Amino acid sequence: MTTEISDLEKMASQVRRDIIKMVYECQSGHPGGSLGCADYLVALYFRVMKHNPEFNMDGTGEDLFFLSNGHISPVFYSVLARAGYFDIAELKTFRKLNSRLQGHPTTHEHLPGIRIASGSLGQGMSVAIGAALTKKINKDSGIVFSLHGDGELQEGQNWEAAMFAPFNKVDNLICTVDVNGQQIDGPTSKVLDLMNLEAKFLAFGWDVMHTDGNNMKELVATLEEAKSKTGNGKPIMILMKTEMGKGVDFMEGSHKWHGIAPNAEQLAEAFTQLEETFGDF
Amino acid sequence: MKKYTYTEKKDTRSGFGAGLLEAGRKNENIVALCADLIGSLKMGDFQKEFPDRFVQVGIAEANMIGIAAGMTIGGKIPFTGTFANFSTGRVYDQIRQSVAYSDKNVKICASHAGLTLGEDGATHQILEDIGMMKMLPGMTVINPCDYNQTKAATLAIAEHEGPVYLRFGRPVIPVFTPADQKFEIGKAWIVNEGTDVTIIATGHLVWEAILAGEKLAEEGINAEIINIHTIKPLDEEAILNSVKKTGCIVTCEEHNRYGGLGESVAQLLATQLPTPQEFVAVNDTFGESGTPADLMKKYGLDSTNIIEAAKKVMKRK
Repeated sequence: MTTEISDLEKMASQVRRDIIKMVYECQSGHPGGSLGCADYLVALYFRVMKHNPEFNMDGTGEDLFFLSNGHISPVFYSVLARAGYFDIAELKTFRKLNSRLQGHPTTHEHLPGIRIASGSLGQGMSVAIGAALTKKINKDSGIVFSLHGDGELQEGQNWEAAMFAPFNKVDNLICTVDVNGQQIDGPTSKVLDLMNLEAKFLAFGWDVMHTDGNNMKELVATLEEAKSKTGNGKPIMILMKTEMGKGVDFMEGSHKWHGIAPNAEQLAEAFTQLEETFGDF
Repeated sequence: MKKYTYTEKKDTRSGFGAGLLEAGRKNENIVALCADLIGSLKMGDFQKEFPDRFVQVGIAEANMIGIAAGMTIGGKIPFTGTFANFSTGRVYDQIRQSVAYSDKNVKICASHAGLTLGEDGATHQILEDIGMMKMLPGMTVINPCDYNQTKAATLAIAEHEGPVYLRFGRPVIPVFTPADQKFEIGKAWIVNEGTDVTIIATGHLVWEAILAGEKLAEEGINAEIINIHTIKPLDEEAILNSVKKTGCIVTCEEHNRYGGLGESVAQLLATQLPTPQEFVAVNDTFGESGTPADLMKKYGLDSTNIIEAAKKVMKRK
C-alpha cells in the first residue's frame, strides 16, 4: 500500500489520466466530478481505509466505502483497479456492451469493490447508515465511509438519513460531501442554493469537519482525524471543497464538463498536464 | 366441493407479526425496520424481544429502504414494515436501485394493502403495488390469504435468498388454511378440485372464492379453486394443468385489473394455452372510504362477482 503523501499524489495523477482516457474511449461519462474527487478516493483506498482487494460483499472487519453520487464512476473504477480489485485493462470496457463497468456502479455485474448500485441520487447515505448499523450489531470495528455530491443533497432522502444518524448515534460513519458548487444546469448557487451546509448538518447533530479535497496532505490529515473521532456518539460529516475538473485546466471550475467527453485533441492536451506515474491502461 | 370451516377470524398482519417473531427466534441475523407503524404492522413483539435488532426509522420510508439494503452488507436479513402504499409507490426507486438491482436480501413487508384498509380511503388503499413489484427483475411477490398462510409465508421468505414483497392486510377474515400447511414459494395450493371452471384467487379473495365455489356447487357447477399466493414466480404448471381440464378461468384479486395476478395469468395463457378468462379485480379506479365489506361489494370483489364471472366465462368456452 502506498502511504507517503507524494506517492498518493502520483497515484492521483495516474487516476486522473485513467478518468480522461476512459471517458474519451467511450465518448461518454462524467469527467468533471471524477477529477475533483480523485484525491479523496486515492487517499481512502491507498492510505486511510482498512480494506481487502480480495473482495467479499460482507467486508467483515474492513472499512467500507459507498459512492452515492454514482455518476463519478470513472474515478471509483480507476481507484479500485489501481488498488488491485480487478485488472486495470478492464478499464477499457467502461460503458461498453457486456462490461462490468456500467455507466453507474452496480453490484449486478459482480464487479469486485462495488457493494451497492448508485446513480439515482440521494440513496447512498441511507445505505451507508445501514451498513454501519450492521457493523455495530456484529461488533465489527470497521468504519463506513461514503461520498455524496453537493447538488445531490437537493434530494430529500439525504435529509431523512441526516436526521436518523445522529439521533441513533451512528458514530462509525464518516460521510463526505464533495462541495464543488456545480451541478448539471449550472452552479448550485444558481440552481438551488444549498446555503449554509455546515449550519444545516450541525443543526441535525453531526460532527462537521472541513477540508480541501484537492490538497492531499490536508485531506489525509482530515480523514485520519475523522477516523480518530469515530465512536464518540456522533456521525461525522466532512464538507470537502473541491474543484470540478481538477488537474485539467480547461475543465476546471465549470459545470460544462460535468457529463461530456473530451475529443482527441483535448485528450492529448489533458495528458500533457497529468504525469503518467504508474502506466496507462 | 371440499368443505372449509373456520373457528376464528384474524387479520393477516397478525400472521406476519407472529411469523416475524418466530423467524427472529430461529435466525439471529433477522432484523426488522419500521416507519412509525409498529402497532399497525404487529411488529411490537419482535421489537420487545429483540430491541437490538429492531430499527425505528420514523416517518421516512425512503431512508428505511436504503438502510435495509445497507444492513444486508454484513449478513443481516432485514424485514421492513409499513403500509403497502408507503412500501411500494412511495419508495419505488429506492427499491429498484438499492434493493432489486443491487440484489439485496431485503423483505419488504406491507400491510393495509388494497380496499380492505377501509375508512382511511384511497390515499392509503394501494391497488397498484403488485404490478409495481412484479415488474422488478428478481423480485418475489407474495400475497397470502389468511393468518396461518401469512405466518407461514413470513417464515418461508426468511429462508429465501433474495428480495421479496410480502403483501397482507388489515381486516379480520376467516382462518381456514391448516396451521401446519407448508408454505412453498411459487407453489400453488389447490383448494378444491373441479372440472367446469378454474377460479384462481390471491389474498383476501381466496375466502370469497371458496364461498363462490360452494354456491356454484349447489347449482351443479364444479369449480376448481386454486390459491395463488405467489404471484411471482407464478406456478404456471398448476394453472395450465387446471385450464386443460376446465377450459376457462376466473382470476380474483384485490388489485387493479392492470398489473395484477390476472394480467400475469393472461400473459401465460396467451402464450401457452389461449383460454377464455374473466377478471374479478378493481376496474382501473381509485378506492374510497367505507367499511371493507361495503367496499368489496361496491368495487365488485365479493363472492357474488366471482359467481357471475364464473358463469360468464363458462359460456365463452
